[in-house]
Order: sequence, then C-alpha cells, then structure tokens
Amino acid sequence: MSSLTAEPEALTSPTSAAPQPPSGPPQFESWGRYPKYGAKVVPLNWQGDFPGVLAGSHESALPVGLGRSYGDVCLLKDGTLLQTTGMSRLIDFNPETGVLTAEAGISLAQILDFAVPRGFFLPVTPGTKYVTLGGAIANDIHGKNHETAGSFGNHVPCFELVRSDGTRRLCSPTENPDWFAATIGGMGLTGVISWAQLRLRPIVSRALDCEHIQFHGIDEFLELKQQYQNVEYTVSWVDCVSTGKNFARGIFMMGEHSKAPGELKPSPEPKLVFPFDAPAFALNRTTVSLFNTVFFHKQMKPHVKAPQDYEPFFYPLDKVLHWNRLYGRRGLVQFQYAIPWEHAKEGTIAILREVAKSGLASFLAVLKAFGDVPSLGLMSFPQAGIMFALDFPIKPGITFPLMQRLGDMTLEYGGRLYPAKDAAMTAAQFQTFYPEWQRFARFRDPLLTSSFWERVTGEKSTL
Amino acid sequence: MSTLAPPPAGVSTASPNAKVTKKILVLGATSGIAEATCRIWAAQGAQLFLVARNADKLAVVAADLKLRGAAYVGTAVADLDDTDKHPELLAHAINSLTGMDVAYLAHGVLGDQASAEQDFEHAAQILFTNFMAPVSLLTWLANYCVQRHAGVLAVISSVAGERGRKSNYVYGASKAGLTAFLGGLRNRVDREGVTVLTIKPGPVKTAMTASMKGSEKFADVNKVAATIVSTIDKRADNLYVPFQWQPIMFVIRNIPDRIFKKLNL
Repeated sequence: MSSLTAEPEALTSPTSAAPQPPSGPPQFESWGRYPKYGAKVVPLNWQGDFPGVLAGSHESALPVGLGRSYGDVCLLKDGTLLQTTGMSRLIDFNPETGVLTAEAGISLAQILDFAVPRGFFLPVTPGTKYVTLGGAIANDIHGKNHETAGSFGNHVPCFELVRSDGTRRLCSPTENPDWFAATIGGMGLTGVISWAQLRLRPIVSRALDCEHIQFHGIDEFLELKQQYQNVEYTVSWVDCVSTGKNFARGIFMMGEHSKAPGELKPSPEPKLVFPFDAPAFALNRTTVSLFNTVFFHKQMKPHVKAPQDYEPFFYPLDKVLHWNRLYGRRGLVQFQYAIPWEHAKEGTIAILREVAKSGLASFLAVLKAFGDVPSLGLMSFPQAGIMFALDFPIKPGITFPLMQRLGDMTLEYGGRLYPAKDAAMTAAQFQTFYPEWQRFARFRDPLLTSSFWERVTGEKSTL
Repeated sequence: MSTLAPPPAGVSTASPNAKVTKKILVLGATSGIAEATCRIWAAQGAQLFLVARNADKLAVVAADLKLRGAAYVGTAVADLDDTDKHPELLAHAINSLTGMDVAYLAHGVLGDQASAEQDFEHAAQILFTNFMAPVSLLTWLANYCVQRHAGVLAVISSVAGERGRKSNYVYGASKAGLTAFLGGLRNRVDREGVTVLTIKPGPVKTAMTASMKGSEKFADVNKVAATIVSTIDKRADNLYVPFQWQPIMFVIRNIPDRIFKKLNL
C-alpha cells in the first residue's frame, strides 16, 4: 500500500502514495506558465490529510488549487505543492440563507453546477470559473461587481484554518478575527483552509440583461462609469495598441441578473481546447491591432442591448481550455494595478500611453472601477479607484524592463499590483504596495512559503 | 385516471419516459472513481447505499452525495476482507434500499509489488482483497439478482489483468482472476436477465496521481465516471475506459513472450 507505480489501476486503489521526485518538465504550472519551477505535488484528498502528509518531509510547502493565478504565487521552487482539488465535497447548504459550506478544493465551476439549478449564483466571480474556493479566499479575488459587492472575502462567513502544527482554527469576523483577516488574501501562507462557507446570491434565470457601449478615451469611460454606477456588473475591454484618435477606445460592458424567470440548468462542459503552443510570432502588433479593430466594431451600433447567458458574460475565455497556449511556450505575464481615485485618471492615461508605445500589448485588456466596499483581508488587492489588467507575451529583453517601468509608474501614482497576477514586481515595490506585509508575516505558517513570497520578502521558510 | 384508487402493487405510477430512480449499492465508495460516479448518480436522484472501511471519509462522502440530490443515502462501515460478514452486510444494504438495480464494486488495493515478490503473505493479501472478497460478494449478489431476473453487477477490474508484467503482476493476477470470474459469471447469469459489466480503467487524473509523471495527460475522473454511468445504462458487457485502452491492450496481449519477457513494462 505504500508505492504508487505508474499503473492505471493505481488510480482506483485507495492507497496513500509517496510522491515521486520531480523529474522532467514541471508537473504544476501557473496560468502564465512563467516562471517554471520543479516541485513535488502532493494531493490533499481529505480534510484530515494536512499536516500528516508532510510527516518526515524537510521541505517547505504551499497549498495550491487549480493553478489559475498567473505568476509564482502558486509555485514553490523545489518544495512541495499541496494540491487541494481532491477536497471538493459539499458539507451543507441552507436554501433559506444561501450559505453553502464546502471543502476548500471545490471549484467555482462545481459550485455553479450545484447552485444554478437551485436558483443561486456566486456572490463574486472572477473571469474564470476554474479556481478553487480556497484559492478565491487566499487571493481575495474580485469580479465585475466590485463596486456593489466588494471582493470574495466579503461573502465568506467563516472557514477552518489548519496549521502545520496540527491546530485547527475556526475563523470568522468575530472568531479569531486576526487570523480571518490574515488568511483572506493571505496567498495560502497562513495555513491550509480545509473548508469554508460562502454566501450565495439568489437568481431566477441563467440569463443576464446586458448592454455594450463603445467609448473613446478615459474621459468617456469615466462618464459611463458614473452614469451606470448602480448597475451590478460592469467591465470594459480597452484597446491598448491604438494611438491618436483611437487611443484608449473600448467597450463598456454591463449586465444584471435577469429578473424574468428563465432556465436554471447547469452549463455543458467546454468542448474547445487550444491544441498546441502557438509560435512566438503569433501575437504581434499587427495581429493584435487587427483583432482590436474587429472586436471594437463587432457591434454594428455604438450602443447595443441584449440578453446573454452567464457563461459568455462571465467566462468568455473558459470556452477554450488552455487558451494560455496562445502565448507560446515562453508564456505570458500579466500586469494588473489598482490606482486610487486621486491619481486614477492621470495614472491610467500615462500607463496606457506607455503600453501603446511599447507595442507589446495583447488584446486581453480589462479596465474597471473598484468601489469603496472595504476588503476584509490584510493583504487584499482591491482598493477604490481604477483597476486595469493586461497580458503581455514574454519577449526576452523587452517584457520585463517594461513591467519594471509600469510597476514604478503604478507606485508613483499611489497604486498597487496584484500578487495573484504577478511575476515581476520587485521586493521594494511589493513592500511599498503592501505596507502591512510585516504584520502579515507574523501569521505565516513556518512550514509554508511560496516562490512569490521568497522573491518579494527575501524570507525563506524556517525549516 | 378517473378514480383515486391506489395503483396495484408492483405497477409504477411514473410515466414511461420519466427517469427511473436507480437503487445502487456501492462497495468501496470512498475511492476516487467510485465517488465521482456516485456524484453523477446523486445528481440524477438515485438511491445509494455506500460501503467503505473508513467511517470519517464515508460520512463526508455520504453528506456530499445527499446534498447533490441523492434521494437516499445509506451507509455501512465494513472491511470487505471479512467475507463471513458479507451476507449480513449485503442483506442489510438491500433492505435499506428496498431493492437493488445496480451493484458497483469499486474496492481494491494496489499493494506493493516489491514486497509481494519477497513476502507471500503480502501477495496473498492482495489476492484476497482484489479477488477472493469480490468473489464472495458477487456469489451472493449474483444469486440475489438471478432470483429476481434483474440487476446489473458492475465491477472495476483492470487492464493490468490482461497480461502479467513485472511492475505489478501480483496485482495483475488478482485482476486477471477477477476478469475471468466475471466472464464466467456473465455466461451463467446473462440468460437469467442479469448483466455483468467488467470495467477496465486506464490511467485517470485524480488528485492522487498529480505527482505521477505524465499525469497531465491522464483521463479526467469525471469523464471516466460519466462513461461508466452511461455504459451501465446500456447494459454492456465490457468497458475499457478511456476507450483507447482497448487497442493498446490488444497489442500488449499479442506481443510474443520471447519479446515480451525482455521488455520493461
């Protein structure tokens, strides 16, 4: 019962396996596929598995979910990754309050499959449903409804935190509130979340009533944001390549859950898979410009209204599994900032100009306003102001100097970058973006660390 | 439908097109594939009786399946190596379900090939758990089904039973025995209206195999489970899952021994 050989039948046997030493390409990549680090992957299938699975190990560890964060926040070079996706069981559901209790490795996709037919929806959802409940808490993710709903942690009544010394803490805003605040947005470093509660919101239909409006420039974006500030979901796509009269043109997209009762069936499985790594030249200024022009004009009128299913509205990219292969083997990095209102407009214009000048931008660029619902996490990313996110393909000698410049500009305008999307911020930048980092460090589990944490603090695990 | 008299006993009131609520007995219910399969049945509103060795794991799996929509979830903690207790266990399970449409045997151990090569006791243990215990269960279950001229016995065997290989031939032998037993049992009970399905899984991606080399190419456990569910509904005899394992095993079975004995498989 102790060895796991590479046999098919191993999978059906309830055997507890010793992990194999890493060899060949890494078994676990982050979504940006950069950096690539070798690590052991040890599954946590049951709530009681941690910390027992690490007995006798002398390496530091990091709990991870589906690897949808972009950089190294979900990586640990030469360490042990504790993959929680086998812990995906439902524990309780109260249809009166909408509070769901589930193991932390359940994905938001699995939660939707359960919730939608019962007339409920996620209180906050990111642009992919392939993230785990634990990962959503650990990165205190946000969605298109940040202005009205705040971030994910605002909808988590409580969870259990398991430390490597075996202690288990129930954490909520009233019980162990300091551990609660450290773990929301705590990047998996404070312990393993074994289960959590999530307050779902009622819906009567899969559909959303949506509107798409073209805008030209940041002023028009801000006017639309003001005009539609009571709409639940808003997000904008922005063209980061065009200059001149088309500079910062975009589409303001908004939606609200339909109030007319409609279908509540679960979603079908996605069928499209991006089949191979695209060559390095696939994304260049010409192809991206072409895409942007087509995308901008795909709506024939400047303002369209239509109902839309929640899948294409929230998860347009989930339709194509492994779309990150579009960026080729070298991978991609994301740049995502939140700049407070005081400097939000000038900062955004300056950074967009810098991006357009570089000619490196991809077509996946998102602009949104963050509202002033305070996040509960000590290290949460969202803050009231403008949020902007953009993917860059990795081009040696070009991408990282640009990221460094953009990071410094973000700092200059009083903003901060998002650890869950980052592979490039410097220790100095991080420590300015997150002044609470030293207070947070006191809550870190001595056995747990990440390549991100080591990079931005210089701290090593105490083992 | 003009009177309100109750329907005669044994006549279903459901319309012929309505999904029949299946009554399913699951042995080894906390294994990865069994649990994924049960989630599909639960969402269909099936009635389930789950047997597993570990009480804590069984309890969380049962609670999950109930929430997902299972019309009934009964449980029993049992070590299936204890064959003396099988008749009592199975009778209790079927009484709890008030009948049984499908028995799903998903328990088994991989064992440790290296120890089994040196220690007969360990080899015997693998053979007992993977072969003797299922034979005991299936003997009772097959006779129950034959009496009623109905039922599906769906059993997880393995592609490893198709040919002994040095990396796991003791495990393979246990599954070869099981496959042979199932073949004979099918030959006996099919004419009595009882279906015997031999399931031979290939590599499946579960959290447990995340550390295995090449695991990113393994089959998705939920897809494997969906295939098992639909194959049981079709009342087929054999299932290689994913299906590519059928031609692969055809090749493996037909390599001459003078070559095969030199290979590292």
